[in-house]
Amino acid sequence: MADHHDHDHDDHAPIEEGKAPTEFDLLEQAIRELLIEKEIFSADDLRRQVDKTDSVSPADGAKVVAKAWSDPEFKAQLLADPKTAIEGLGYDVGPAPNLVVLENTATLHHVVVCTLCSCYPRVLLGPPPDWYKSKQYRGRVVIDPRGVLNEFGTQLSDAVEIKVVDSTADMRYLVLPPRPAGTEGMNEEQLAALVTRDCMVGVTFPDSPVN
Amino acid sequence: MSASFKVGQRVLVKEGDPPGHIRTPFFLRGKPGTIETIHGEFRNPEELAYGKDGLPKKPLYLVRFLQKDVWPDYGGAPSDTVCADIYEHWLDAD
Amino acid sequence: MGGKDFGPVDQRDHDRTEWDNRVDAVLKLMLDGRRFRVDELRRAIESLPERDYMSFSYYQKWLAAIRILIVEKGMLSEDEIAARLAQLRGKVTG
Repeated sequence: MADHHDHDHDDHAPIEEGKAPTEFDLLEQAIRELLIEKEIFSADDLRRQVDKTDSVSPADGAKVVAKAWSDPEFKAQLLADPKTAIEGLGYDVGPAPNLVVLENTATLHHVVVCTLCSCYPRVLLGPPPDWYKSKQYRGRVVIDPRGVLNEFGTQLSDAVEIKVVDSTADMRYLVLPPRPAGTEGMNEEQLAALVTRDCMVGVTFPDSPVN
Repeated sequence: MSASFKVGQRVLVKEGDPPGHIRTPFFLRGKPGTIETIHGEFRNPEELAYGKDGLPKKPLYLVRFLQKDVWPDYGGAPSDTVCADIYEHWLDAD
Repeated sequence: MGGKDFGPVDQRDHDRTEWDNRVDAVLKLMLDGRRFRVDELRRAIESLPERDYMSFSYYQKWLAAIRILIVEKGMLSEDEIAARLAQLRGKVTG
């Protein structure tokens, strides 16, 4: 069990079937019903929106990273003008927020956070994981990034600059991790399978090829 | 666009704790940094938060700080940095 | 929040519940429908009593913010919400 330092409502305990609804369950229902009755939106709108949220996942970011690893022209465009590069792949980045891609190298390692709330590059990764939104991560990664990365199994020598990027405005930051060794000859699909969500936030490296 | 600061310029984040919705993190207020990127101009979130239109747009910068300039007892590497997007009205030339 | 030590990061993730998804969807609809700006939602979350801010889950905070703004903007009244809650509670206890 995690050692919570205060009495958190536990995000890790799903509401069980048949359990009595909590005040929050009732509040969500009350607000949703009233907004629909007032025609602020429709029940269909809501259903469609629920489906939309589920449609973006880290697999999307992984495809973009794999393409950048395979195609130097695309990589250059991704770093210079990510919105155009990604729209070229069919993603609807929308008017805002703006996407910025941060390249990790042998000497520079970016890691992304939103200390003020939970801003995250959802357009390519979907919704953020619980840990990214937690006060533990938001509090500590800016002051002790090496300690936090160690918890994720990531060790970096002092020769590598760790650059923590705090998403305080409308920019959304995605890490382009380095292509792992031993991946020569792999196609984009094989490469994408090595790209985890966590390596696009910067707390880990991509997976190494199995063989 | 009328950005006052240039990439590479040294800046100092203002001190202060005004009321309202502020997107300049406490841990960076009063700290010295360097302009890394000029993002362009955006509506002021401090006003948008209260239903105002946030105009005129204000220049927004990615500002880079040495961790040892931010935390007195920073235990990582001397070259480690932290960056944040900060609005021009929160910055002074250093 | 930056710089505070709340201990180790719990890396467990939970599958989003249907409740989470509905709150997320209401949020998106209100933003896309230009009923709220994200800055207003953030300001509303920041206005929660500290006890609530620190203990509410992620989606509980957003729901609390939605409630604050729909009343603030006159879309619903507190009385309407209270009445509907009482009705729903009545159904639960049968």
